Amino acid sequence: MNRMYSFPTALVAAAMVALAWPVLASDATAPAPAFTLTSRAGKPVSLADLKGQVVMINFWASWCGPCRQEFPALDEMYRKYKPMGFEMVAINVESEKADAERFLGATPVSFQILFDPDNKVSGSYGVSAMPTTFLVDRQGRLRWQHRAYKPGDEAAYIEQIRAMLREKS
Amino acid sequence: MRPARLVLAALALLATGGCSRVEPWVKPYERENLADPIMSWDRDPISSSYMLHVYESREGARGAAGAAGGGCGCN
Amino acid sequence: MQLIRRIALLVLLPFAAVAGVLPDDRADLMYHYYDGGGVTIDGPSLLVRKKFAEKYAVDASYYVDMVSSASIDVITTASPYKEERTQYGVGFEYLRGKVTYTANFSNSSENDYTADTASLAISQDMFGDLTTVSLYFTRGWDDVTRRGDATFAEKVDRRIYGVDVSQIATKKLIVGLSFETITEEGFLNNPYRQVRFVDPDAALGYSYEPERYPGTRTGNALAIRGRWYLPYRAAIEGDYRFYTDTWDILGHTAEVSYTQPIFDEWTFDVHARFYTQNSAEFYSDLYPRENFQNFLARDKELASMTSMTLGFGLAYEFKPGRLEFLDKAALNFRFDRIHFDYDDFRDLRVTGVPPGSEPLYNFDADVIRLFFSGWF
Repeated sequence: MNRMYSFPTALVAAAMVALAWPVLASDATAPAPAFTLTSRAGKPVSLADLKGQVVMINFWASWCGPCRQEFPALDEMYRKYKPMGFEMVAINVESEKADAERFLGATPVSFQILFDPDNKVSGSYGVSAMPTTFLVDRQGRLRWQHRAYKPGDEAAYIEQIRAMLREKS
Repeated sequence: MRPARLVLAALALLATGGCSRVEPWVKPYERENLADPIMSWDRDPISSSYMLHVYESREGARGAAGAAGGGCGCN
Repeated sequence: MQLIRRIALLVLLPFAAVAGVLPDDRADLMYHYYDGGGVTIDGPSLLVRKKFAEKYAVDASYYVDMVSSASIDVITTASPYKEERTQYGVGFEYLRGKVTYTANFSNSSENDYTADTASLAISQDMFGDLTTVSLYFTRGWDDVTRRGDATFAEKVDRRIYGVDVSQIATKKLIVGLSFETITEEGFLNNPYRQVRFVDPDAALGYSYEPERYPGTRTGNALAIRGRWYLPYRAAIEGDYRFYTDTWDILGHTAEVSYTQPIFDEWTFDVHARFYTQNSAEFYSDLYPRENFQNFLARDKELASMTSMTLGFGLAYEFKPGRLEFLDKAALNFRFDRIHFDYDDFRDLRVTGVPPGSEPLYNFDADVIRLFFSGWF
């Protein structure tokens, strides 16, 4: 390649690599948007019902590889921290339940599954990646957002959950 | 020099991707159909690359066969 | 004989570049079979890929062509032969955020042709993951020899630059645009192939002399494609590619395909492909005399021709009981029937007619692929 081109090309390539860094988490203190969704059992569940506990809201779909991969880690986390006031809801964003039910049949979990088939709650939470996990504190404020999942991310979740569990209601 | 300019232009396009915050009109949670394996450009690379070889060794035209992208858009 | 076009082996480099998530671990074992125009080629193909820490992936491929050739060129100017070509490939991928970096290497060898290729690619998701842009560069080095001639040794140098843009248009539609430019330099023809010229002194009315090609060839290809999810669960795709090169070949390729899942385990697809090209500038089926011009070619691949394909595929997906390390497996059968029709390449098996009035050549080819895939 002509020498005239190699420096700007290298610069552009470096800029491109630097700017491709993914967003991991952000800290915010606005109240978490309210919602009422139907659970797997057919009962309506509201975010307001869970006030006073630390809540993890996970948006997932059965067609999303990282979402499926995350579930066993989330289940382990849920079993461990539930006695300390930790609650978890996994909101499924698919338009029909069949595929989600099939996945849950093969990979059972102990936390609640809610369905958001018309994506209203996904929209109000501004979900911009699959999966997205929100952490809400005991006072109902949206504290952390995690976009995307790679094995090992649960370490950050656990750290934040433990910190929020220590806070007063 | 044309290939070099082409590469430069494409690299510039790649660089813009990192800093833009264009609101996607298909949200990440609306990609159910696109994530379906039947919507993949190339479900079985071992078979498609073989067919490409069958054609390229018997026809004059070559190239521009591949496409990446689509899918679930996760992570 | 170098029946297998050198460029073809580049195609066996798997190019998987969906940024954000690396494709699943997978192994495929395929039996491929081609039978057409007096040529039978079959053999195995193996492809394995594995990822590590959701960041790195490695893939390896092994491919063999076992050729049994009694093609029209072979029958009229030589004698039927058997040959074997083996190809190895290895690839590496690195995913960081939305960018995937890929490197591929491959080697193909047969008794009179060796080809090495190295390829680099970079792929990025952008604009809310609706757009994927990929850039790739491939370099090839070929060594050409000739059976029965120890002094013959030539080379081919190849450079390929390409861009792919994939764009999600709606919840159910994805479109793609690809551009590729290929430059080759060196010994681009076949050391065995001959052209024919009018020779009143010869018994057949024509005689043969070796073909002579230019030392360079640059081609450009532009393709557009779209894949659409139908209201019930099925998909339809349309592709069109335009090709032009410095040998004055203009090629149009159009393909439509339809994919239909049946129940939960079966997937059926059917497709039709049409290709047409005009002949290379220096091509002729019959030259008026010996050494008629600088460049001479009678390779039917450079002739004015069309090809029409109709094909189908059937896949069965299952969870293998015995092989517990596999999450999922599939058995695939694919069949294609290709009809090749030449407008200026004649069937020289027909003798006793004035040279240049032999019937135009055409033939049908059957292509079969049978493969087993396992995801782990």
